[in-house]
Amino acid sequence: MRGFARIPALALALALAAPAFAVQPDEMLDDPALEARARALSKDVRCLVCRNENIDDSNAPLARDLRILLRERVVAGDSDAEVKDFLVARYGEFVLLRPRFGAHTAILWFGPLAALGLGLLMARGIMRRRAGPAAPETPEPEAPLSEEDRARLRELLGDGEEGGKGA
Amino acid sequence: MIAELGHFALILAFALAVAQTVLPLWGAQKGHDGAMAAAVPLAVTGFLLTALSFAALTWAFLTSDFSVALVAANSHSAKPWLYKWSGVWGNHEGSLLLWLLILTLYGALAAVFGRNLPATLKARVLGIQGLIGVGFGAFILFTSNPFLRLADPPLDGRDLNPLLQDPGLAFHPPFLYLGYVGFSMAFSFAVAALIEGRIDSAWARWMRPWALAAWIFLTLGIALGSYWAYYELGWGGWWFWDPVENASFMPWLIGAALIHSAVVVEKRGELKAWTTLLAILAFSLSLVGAFIVRSGIITSVHAFASDPTRGVFILGMLAAATGGALALYAWRAPLLVSDGVFKPVSREGALVFNNLFLSVATAAVFIGTLWPLALELMTGEVISVGEPFFDSAFGAAMLPLLIGLPLGAMLPWKRADLGQALAKLWWVGAGAVVVALLVAMAQGGGKGIMAPVGLALAFWVGGGAVADLVERAKLGKVSAGESLRRLANLPRSAWGAALAHFGVGLTLFGIMAVTAWEVETIRAARPGDSFPVGAYEMRFEGVDRERGPNYLAEIGRFTVLKDGRVVEVLRPEKRVYPVQGSPTTEAAIRARLSGDVYVVLGDRQPDGATWAVRAYQKPWVNWIWIGALVMALGGTLSLADRRLRVGAPAPKKARAPAAAPPAMQAAE
Repeated sequence: MRGFARIPALALALALAAPAFAVQPDEMLDDPALEARARALSKDVRCLVCRNENIDDSNAPLARDLRILLRERVVAGDSDAEVKDFLVARYGEFVLLRPRFGAHTAILWFGPLAALGLGLLMARGIMRRRAGPAAPETPEPEAPLSEEDRARLRELLGDGEEGGKGA
Repeated sequence: MIAELGHFALILAFALAVAQTVLPLWGAQKGHDGAMAAAVPLAVTGFLLTALSFAALTWAFLTSDFSVALVAANSHSAKPWLYKWSGVWGNHEGSLLLWLLILTLYGALAAVFGRNLPATLKARVLGIQGLIGVGFGAFILFTSNPFLRLADPPLDGRDLNPLLQDPGLAFHPPFLYLGYVGFSMAFSFAVAALIEGRIDSAWARWMRPWALAAWIFLTLGIALGSYWAYYELGWGGWWFWDPVENASFMPWLIGAALIHSAVVVEKRGELKAWTTLLAILAFSLSLVGAFIVRSGIITSVHAFASDPTRGVFILGMLAAATGGALALYAWRAPLLVSDGVFKPVSREGALVFNNLFLSVATAAVFIGTLWPLALELMTGEVISVGEPFFDSAFGAAMLPLLIGLPLGAMLPWKRADLGQALAKLWWVGAGAVVVALLVAMAQGGGKGIMAPVGLALAFWVGGGAVADLVERAKLGKVSAGESLRRLANLPRSAWGAALAHFGVGLTLFGIMAVTAWEVETIRAARPGDSFPVGAYEMRFEGVDRERGPNYLAEIGRFTVLKDGRVVEVLRPEKRVYPVQGSPTTEAAIRARLSGDVYVVLGDRQPDGATWAVRAYQKPWVNWIWIGALVMALGGTLSLADRRLRVGAPAPKKARAPAAAPPAMQAAE
């Protein structure tokens, strides 16, 4: 892949040499309820030869085959879970865009949670340190500031309005 | 000859970058003024040489010099000049040269405009910037030389990928790079500060404009890319959670956290260590993005790199930059003592909250993007992590952030009363819920509870930004004239913040509305057929054939009617570019603020008489990008704030001692 792959999303389409486009009218089921279910299911199924792309959006011939296969299962009366099981049995878990929860994928959910926990700990550390005796709530009485100091202070604190809010 | 000149200039620039690294860093350590001062001319000359090199490559593309291998592989004589020109960075080698050009541009700007930086800090910043330049210069020269010649030049080139033959290519990558690379300045400032072991509010004031500029450019770059994908890829999607998109999104999120935490350093002398960490991470994530994209690791999950040398080189650079900076951080960060005092409920606390959830959102995107890769490397198991995961994980992290945003923006520094902020905002909250319900009912249908909830959140965020300004103007509490005067006297950074937050609300509104109320029609249509698309009626008139400069096109004609009246004729195209033999779809869009009508022409069906047609009504979709523009505009206003423009406190003597704030602004 060359540099153009950096262009977000467009790169997606590079794998799609086939002239067809996404869901074709002739694939669609006559029963709108079944078709809606098939569409929803398709959004969770990966086009195996594409980038992170579902078969509903993909133009690849393989995606078309998968769409037709999936609709056959839906028409045959499979539940959503059964359709997914069927696809996983054939193509492996790679085919699911929403990975199944398990030891191998737990980090996807617990990773961000762990980040949150770590962040909260750090935040608490910051607050604690501030609240400690080293930083008294009321500052010591200070030597009076000269006018020059005051002007500089105002500027450092951000030009009146912002600083004024904190005052 | 010109290509060789370009190559030579690049080698010289590389040599200067080495000098720009060694001299100032050594000088700052030893207190050698001359060595430190050398950084400025080195940075400026390095930029000029890189620019010369880039100009040489551009010349080769514009004149279709097919003896240059890169031009032969990515250009064609029949291509319109705009795409010859933008084709310079429509490939790996050229885009890297653009990256280096922008890197040296930032360095030169810092050298020229950083006059009031302390000498050692400035020398170290430029030294680190030089070091990054050394890394990328070596990468280009040793693995990705754009100036290689062909012994037997072909008669014509192999053309640019047709998807890229679009004005989008002229703007999207440069903006994206201005963003990515802009974070290198924040990175250099952070590393320089860690070497110095000292950070004060002046440091934050110097660093923040660079981070802010980078964030603005990245916002624009991502929005452009999203809009480009929307109209070019032909199914109306605007975000796909593709790894390459995520690569640009992660630095954007961390960058957003950085520009908020830098305010705390500047105003309150707090969060110093944390801010340097964010600055390091923002650029590291830009490098991760470069790695993901250029190593080829994502394109094919089964080959570690389409060009292993390149992948390994970037990985090495990433390890050196991130690892080195983080090690330095672990060693030196304890020196960065913060000196403010604040309660959890305060502006500072709110910004910590902001940083926390932006970081968690980044972590979710990061893990989701890279875990499949790591898992496969470790166990050989292959899984996919796609849109359904990202939608829920990212959404969960953003929800508290967005709910908290208007409240946080209202809190004063140090110590605040949440009740007071709530009292100022209750009407916004109530209004948001009522308006969301009204809109949801007026639109009707929609997908479940998501629509009103999402809209309420969007109105809450947008309304909160308005309430922030209302509050600052003391609207209703003082006379109208006084309110206006107060608004006019607000620092630009305050306007900028309110505007950017308002933009977040707008984008959110667009996302929620189009997700809930998009109408899609897919059908086989025969010329003369009419079919409904949401509130519109569409009539398929037929298909014409036309010839473009370097492609053949089939152009559909669709008449769009509303209430029986013709409102538009849409002409979507299917193009075939013979040189590359690949087709593209050009969607036709009737774009309005209230939403788009979007139609794509598909293939002629096997029966020979009908065509596949895909049409959408996409309510409010354009607000997604308008919101991004407003965010960028808010950032720009904030960048134009006097205290950032000046960069550092001006000499005090020039100022009347007890001048009031407005007079101080006038004094500038």
